[in-house]
Amino acid sequence: MFKLILRRLALGVLTLVMVTIIVFVGVEALPGDACTAYLGRDTALETRLAKCREDLGLNQPAHERFFIWAGGALQGDFGISSRRHKPISDLVQIRLRNTLLLGAAASAVGIPIAILLGVIAALTRDRAADLWISTSAIFAMTLPEFISATLLILFFSVWLGWLPGIVITRPDAPVFEFLQDIILPIIALAFVMTAHILRMVRTCVIDVLASDYVQMAILKGVPYWQVVFRHVLPNALLPTINLVALTLAWLLGGTVVIEIVFNYPGLGRLMLDSVSDRDLALVQAIALILAVLYVGLNLVADLLSLVANPRLRTMKV
Amino acid sequence: MAVANPAREIPGNRAFRFGAVIREMARRPSGLVGLAIVGGHVLLAVISPWIVPYDFTTQNSHLVLAGPSPEHWLGGDHLGRDVLTRTMLGGRQALVISSLGTLIAVLWGGSLGLVLGLIGGKADDVVMRVVDAFMAIPWILFLLLIIAVLGTADVVLIPTLAFFYGISVIRISRAATHDVTARDFITAARARGERMWTIVWREILPNVRDVLLVDGAMRWSWMILAFSSLSFLGFGITPPTADWGLMIANGRGYMAVAPWAVLAPIIALSSMIIGVNLSADALAKTLGIDRAQKAPV
Repeated sequence: MFKLILRRLALGVLTLVMVTIIVFVGVEALPGDACTAYLGRDTALETRLAKCREDLGLNQPAHERFFIWAGGALQGDFGISSRRHKPISDLVQIRLRNTLLLGAAASAVGIPIAILLGVIAALTRDRAADLWISTSAIFAMTLPEFISATLLILFFSVWLGWLPGIVITRPDAPVFEFLQDIILPIIALAFVMTAHILRMVRTCVIDVLASDYVQMAILKGVPYWQVVFRHVLPNALLPTINLVALTLAWLLGGTVVIEIVFNYPGLGRLMLDSVSDRDLALVQAIALILAVLYVGLNLVADLLSLVANPRLRTMKV
Repeated sequence: MAVANPAREIPGNRAFRFGAVIREMARRPSGLVGLAIVGGHVLLAVISPWIVPYDFTTQNSHLVLAGPSPEHWLGGDHLGRDVLTRTMLGGRQALVISSLGTLIAVLWGGSLGLVLGLIGGKADDVVMRVVDAFMAIPWILFLLLIIAVLGTADVVLIPTLAFFYGISVIRISRAATHDVTARDFITAARARGERMWTIVWREILPNVRDVLLVDGAMRWSWMILAFSSLSFLGFGITPPTADWGLMIANGRGYMAVAPWAVLAPIIALSSMIIGVNLSADALAKTLGIDRAQKAPV
């Protein structure tokens, strides 16, 4: 089993190394560099370009710069933002906290609701409650995040006036100051998240309900609720832990959009701003951080499924 | 006619099969609705330049944030342009770019996946590691990374979308190929002494093709979503071209006084995405492919 865990860890690290290379080579292979992006390709005078490249260390060969960049990233040093003239790690740190706050709050709200609704849908399969829940879930999943978020703002802040539609708190404000502003972004993110997870929960519960041991328990005359709580739920929910972690990872992209709609000072909005400014070093750094989050969540998903499902532990690797 | 499974009919008779698949899809209520919505949007995209009531760039000072009226059914936007006109035109870019992007993505990802599934070995291992790494980058990050360097012209957007979404097609196509090569009818073909090329063309491809069709339909809806999101973020279409994502982004600031300028493109875009999804679902059921077992992305 330890061999298995080590193997998963090694694969995760390998994936991250590949991501690092892709992010770096991607920016490298495309025409232009941080200096032409910063100064503008047509207007940049040769001498200014040369000086800028000197300053940013772009004169060295690409593979040397890669190792300098990757080595720095490993220690949390992503270099200096060419637009903002600040160390990138300082810029990124507080934004990362805000994004994690949003994600954690949305998970805390969304996951329990998703599990509850998913179980209800499965238990009332093909009846009214299930149809309502499943159909709404499909709508919530298919609508782009920017549409559901915009509709939320229209209903709750423009028409009803209950909640602020955009976040105006300073990025580095303490967590409790965000609490009121953050309600709508949380709902928007939890909405999509709930839809994805509840569908998985529903499928898992339905599978377990159809299994032989549950049929056996029903035939033996075990009371319905006892079957549900003792036989179905433990077996159905363990595999969903893994799926939940995967879904969270997949939803990172949606977080970026929601941050922008609500003007939330997270990593996603910083990324968008840096794309608009063509601040390539900052874009690279944020892409890498979000990829680390993604790979990390995937790894957690893998390890959790090992814990939850003993059969996987003896699997041949 | 003793054909047990209509999905495995004589390969090569494609035109007939296509019509049959569409008819079969339309037999399901959700499939009929989906096809009708998609068909309506495609038709509208083709004929809209000739039937729109006004010019999409003309700014009329009386129409600034004006409400719906008999002359302007959906009112005006913040620059005094007719919202109905812009909504009718707003899906054309999304439709063309996402269709081309999906086509290219399925073609390149599908063929690479097929080849990898067949040859396996070292090359397969290496490419799949690279695929894993690409899938560890959230879609929006990847697109923004490219856009940051290359800009947002159509010639950049289409290949970028096609490249990124093609990577997940590799996985699907490879898995489908593995699935098929383990089946009895392949062993039978081998035992008959069929040539490798014949087996691939006659036995494997038709089966993988069904999986790719269903996947392509789903990917089409994701690509519309991705394009509109980019457009909403200001990285898709250059104003003053009408585009739903951009219209929603622009109208957002005036939602309190002119909600129609936001609601019209929202309804148009949502209906298109839902229509594509319903059609993809019906296609999957018609071709007998279980979409539930597939991971997101």
